[in-house]
Formats: sequence, C-alpha cells, structure tokens
Amino acid sequence: MPPKTPKPASPPLDKDFRRAHTETVLQLTGNKTLTTLVDLARGDAGTLEEINLPGEEARRLMELGFLPGMRITAGWSAPGGDPRVFQVDGSEVALRRETARHLRVLLDPPKRPL
Amino acid sequence: MSDSDGASAASAVALAGAKGGRTAGARVALIGPPNSGKTTLFNRLTGLRQKVANFPGVTVERHTGVAVVADGREVPIIDLPGLYGLSPRSEDEQIAYDVLTGRRGDTGKPRAILLVLDSTNLARHLMLAAPILALGIPTLVILNMADDLRNRGGRLDLKALSSELGAPVALVSARQGEGIDQVFEYLAGQMPKPAPVELPILQDVPKCREWAGRVGCEARYRAPAPPKWTRRLDAVFLHPVVGLLVFLAVVVGVFQTIFSVADPAKDGVDWLIHLSSNWVASILPDSLFRSLLLDGVWNGVGSVVVFLPQVLLLFLFIGILEDSGYLARAALIADRTMARVGLQGKSFIPLLSAYACAVPAIMATRTIENKRDRMATILIAPFMTCSARLPVYTLIIAAFIPNRPVLGSFLGARALAMLALYVLGFLAAVLTARVLKSSILKSGRAPFLLEMPSYRWPTLQSLGLRLLDRSAVFLRRAGTVILLVMVILWVMAHLPLIHGHAPGIDRSLAGTLGRTIEPAIKPLGLNWKVGIGLITSLAARETIVATLGSIYGMDPESNQLGLERALEHDLTFGGALALLVFFAFAMQCISTIAVVRRETGGWKWPVLQFTYMGVLAYVGAFVAFHLIR
Repeated sequence: MPPKTPKPASPPLDKDFRRAHTETVLQLTGNKTLTTLVDLARGDAGTLEEINLPGEEARRLMELGFLPGMRITAGWSAPGGDPRVFQVDGSEVALRRETARHLRVLLDPPKRPL
Repeated sequence: MSDSDGASAASAVALAGAKGGRTAGARVALIGPPNSGKTTLFNRLTGLRQKVANFPGVTVERHTGVAVVADGREVPIIDLPGLYGLSPRSEDEQIAYDVLTGRRGDTGKPRAILLVLDSTNLARHLMLAAPILALGIPTLVILNMADDLRNRGGRLDLKALSSELGAPVALVSARQGEGIDQVFEYLAGQMPKPAPVELPILQDVPKCREWAGRVGCEARYRAPAPPKWTRRLDAVFLHPVVGLLVFLAVVVGVFQTIFSVADPAKDGVDWLIHLSSNWVASILPDSLFRSLLLDGVWNGVGSVVVFLPQVLLLFLFIGILEDSGYLARAALIADRTMARVGLQGKSFIPLLSAYACAVPAIMATRTIENKRDRMATILIAPFMTCSARLPVYTLIIAAFIPNRPVLGSFLGARALAMLALYVLGFLAAVLTARVLKSSILKSGRAPFLLEMPSYRWPTLQSLGLRLLDRSAVFLRRAGTVILLVMVILWVMAHLPLIHGHAPGIDRSLAGTLGRTIEPAIKPLGLNWKVGIGLITSLAARETIVATLGSIYGMDPESNQLGLERALEHDLTFGGALALLVFFAFAMQCISTIAVVRRETGGWKWPVLQFTYMGVLAYVGAFVAFHLIR
C-alpha cells in the first residue's frame, strides 16, 4: 500500500486554518493543492489522484465513479460533517471520513470569497 | 383455456427456431445497477406488484413473472437485485450474479438479458454494459428514466449508441409507461438487431469507464443538468440544524396523526363492526354457532380490524419516505449513531423498514456486505417497533393514558407515549448492537458507500397500491392466523362442558391455561386473562388484542364495557406499562423466527435471539411494574 498522506491525526476545527495548514504541509502543484477528500468543505472541488485502499474496496469505489482523473465536488453532509455526500461522475455518493481520508485529490484553486 | 395455452406454446416453439432461440420456457433476466428501475419495469412487463422504492437495494431476491407479448406468447421474466459490476460482494449481488452466469441450477443461464440503465447517468451506468454484453447473451439495452432525461435537457443518439454497442437500445420511462412497447417488441423477437461489434475485453474499472465515456461520446450523449430540486431539498434536509428539526417534526407529526387523524377513522370502523355484530346477533338464533361468530369473530378478529386505519397511516408515511428518496438521507443522518454502536449506515435502511415488519427487514440485510454486520442487524431488527405492535400499543395507550396536550395541540400525551415506546425499541436495538459488535460479532469496519438517489414525487398511484397491498396483508392475517387462533380459543373457552353447558370462562380450558401461567406473570402486574393473550400472541403480536376482545366479550362482568374500558378496569397502570414494555422487547412472531432461521441457516441464532429478547422483555416489564406501581 502506498504511504499515507502526512496529515494531522485529528483535523483542526477551523476550515480556513485547515486549508492554510494543509497548504504548508503538502506539496504544491502549480496553484493546485494535493490533499485528501476529507479536507474538502462543501462546494470545494478537486480531481481524484489516487485511492489508497486495498483492491476490493478501491474497486467498489471506482464502480461508483471514484476513478482517478474524475472531478469530485463535496456536497452536504450529515450533522457533524460525517459522512459527506460527494458529487462524482453524475451521481451523489456518501462516504465516511474514514474512507474519504484514503482518497487523494488535487484541489482546485480556492474560490474565495464564496 | 388449456387448449389455447397449448397452441400458443406450440407456436412459440415453432417461432423460436427462426427468432434466436427464445422458447416459452426460456427466461429473460432483468439486470442493471441498483436503483435504475428494474423492478418498476418488471412490474410494467408482468403486471405484478413487486415492491419498488427510491433507494438502492430494494430488491434483494429474484422474482419471476410472465410478460405476454403481442402474439400471445408468454415470456418468463426474472427480476434480479442490482449490480454495480460482475464482482459480487454482498448476498443480493451474489444472487444476481449466480442467475446471470447460470450457477443456480434451477434456472439455467438466461436466454436474453434486459439491461436497465439510468439514462440520466449514462456514462457511468454504461460501465456495466461492457461485462454484460461480453457474456454473449442476446441483450436489449434499456435506458430508463427518459422523462427525467428530457426534462433536464439531456439527449442522445439512440441509433449511434446501438451500433456502438452492437445491441438494440430502447429509451423508456418505466414509471410513465413510455416506450414499453419497444421492450415487448424485443421480447416478441420483432426488434431489428444491429450488426454485432467486437467489444473490448475489459477487466479493470478505469478501462471500462474509459470505454463507456467513448461510447457515450459517439452516441452524442449530452448529460442532463444536475437535478436542481434535489440540491435545493438537500440544502434543507441535510442542513445541520434545519435538517434535524425537519426530521423531528416528521417523526412527531407521524405519531400525532396516528392518534388524531386515524382515531375518527378507527371509531368509524368500530361502529361498522358493532353494527354488523348487532345484525348478526339479531338474525341468528341463540346457538353455539352464534356465540362463536360473535365472541370469536366479531369481538376477537373485529378488535384487530379496527386498527386498520392506524396501520395504513403508518404505511402511508413509510411509503412517502421511501418513494421520495428521503430514506437515504435519513440513513446518512443516522450513520454517526450507527457508527458509534459499531454498525454501518447501510444497516439503517433494513432497520427503518423493520418499522413496517421485521421479515422484509431481515431479508433486506442481504445488501450488507460484511457478514458480521449483517448478523448483528438481523439480531436487532425485531426490536424495531413493527406495525403488528401498533394495535397493541394503541389499545393500551388509549385505555390508560388520558388525551392531554403536552406541547399545545402539536403533541399530545398519547402520541408522546407512543413515541417513547418507539424510542425504547430503538434503544434496545442500538444497545444490543453495541454489545454484539464489541463481543461475539466484532469485525473490522466495512467502508460505507451509499448512493443518494434524486428526490422524486411519490405518485398517488404507487402510494395507493402500497396501501391496498398492506390492507390485503393486514386483513388476510386477521382472516387466517388470528381467526384460527380465535376459533381455537373459543373452543377452549367452552370446554369442558358441565351438564351440557359451557363453563364460565375462568373455569374453562382456556381459563385454566391462563391460571397455570398466572404465577409467572403476576410479578409483572398481569393477570390470567392477559396471560392467555400472551400465549396467543406467539402466533402474531396483534393476536393479543383479538384474544382480549374475545375474552372480555365472553365474560359477563365486562361484556358491556367495550375492550378499552374492560382493560382499564382489569389492569393497574403499572401492569399496563409492564405489558407495553413486554411487547416492546419480546420476539412474539413466528414469521420472524422462521425468516431468521432461513437467513442464518440454522436454529442457533433464532433460538438465541428469542431467548434473549424474552428475558429482556420479562425483566423490563418487571422493572416497569415495580417502578410505577
């Protein structure tokens, strides 16, 4: 299994802090940020880079549309932010944080302010 | 009749040779991704009424039916659970896979496939087309939800798609019935086939998706606009604050209407039963037969039938939740709670359907991939308050809880008591799951993946059919199981004959039986009459209502009071509470025991479950009686 993304074990509460934090920790690719699906807040979008999960689980995710190169947009979540609905390949699929952590995405440049 | 059947079968065989080997006995399998509308199409083709709803995983077993094509030939159709790919992981997918590949000896490989795909999400759904077409079985590719595609501005070139796939393609809306003729045409062997194409052998998913994307491109597929209303509704239903409030309001509203709206309807049915009972009493001479009819059928079965409005109202709400697509959102909201007790959100959908009945709920656990999670869900499902408990709860609450407002007119004391019982059952389920998942059924967490369906308006027709079917089920049960128990009870209440006359109910065989178990239930504040009810309720929970109706009706002391008043006279408040708690926990349902045995493949689990729930019911009732007395 590929090495896990260096990421703080417990995600900080503040969304903006988290983004700034991730940006400093992770490598920068042009103006896009490599991060994981967990770090996407509602409305954020990114391109799936890889799935760091064992074959069977990755396969099921891919059958649901989570394929490398696909654009994923984060949608609404259950209260507390877990699980979250992701829009991918024309459908909406809910994932728990524990799964979303293993999906690495290239974040689109932030569109601030909202 | 049999003559013409023979003739049509003969002509079918004769036609079969010329038209691609489809004989009258060959099966056509419906296959496709979950929630693509296979069962809706199946119902259209066969005229049957298998359950459909708007969330993935409604169909968990195969159903067979017959479609009659234009020339009168009959084509057997088999409806299967949904599949994302040909690598089955859960029980329901395994069933679909086995039938498709002919591994189930009794069906053999299907002669043809109807591949049902969602046209609003074609590129992704086409991924399944590659492995299915590669099976080499004649296939009609059906693009469902044509109405949605059109309304949201999507389109495609069917001819181009058909020649790309080398298979005939039909654009239909199974819900509206649009384009169904094409499917019948195909089944009749009258649809022209495009030239076969060499399809690439695609083993991995990314390659499949790439191929699907290219095919979609060749077919000039324009994806429809995102479902605007689904996004808007999710902004309300999944809002961290508003969403929860809506959830609570829906739940409270359901219980309040069960008492406020359904009550007049119940009184109406009650009045009808009373009227007909008087009529029967007036036309029949005084005889044992009259007594059986009045005491057994009218007082007994009738006391259950009056709860039909309540049960239907519950099913109306469940129908709206399931057909609209809200159920998947509820599963999402509940996932955290489920995760805390060690279960996954997918367990929540079977548990929600257990509010209707535990039997389909236990079957629905087939969608859970993890065996131990599935087992835990099976074991806790009967704790959820099923519709058979509703008559029992309604009767006892109406007899013992005054109709006082608690939160203005929004929530009354009776609705609150009912809500509390539902919560009690849910808590018992959740705590049991917690214990099971941290001991004998411990397992690694399976990833939670749940596809969110778009919201749809529940159609009046589909809701109406659901209610009709439920009424039939409810009345059939009252007319078979409960009626049978009532007749046996009546006979036992009239034996042994003393000087050619029936003894008083307390000295009859039934009374003796009740008195024998009375010492066991006395600590719960219950008497021998309730004891008889507890025994009969092993057949089905609501039988206790019929039993008490019958017994109080036969007892000269209480036969003028009506069931509610008689019960109020006969039990203390603590005893009534104990009875409610007992029903919340106990597994008094033969059908549930049977389905658990079937799904777990042995007697071990159902016996364990029955014992555990029984002990919990007894202890719970004991505590309730001694706390409140």
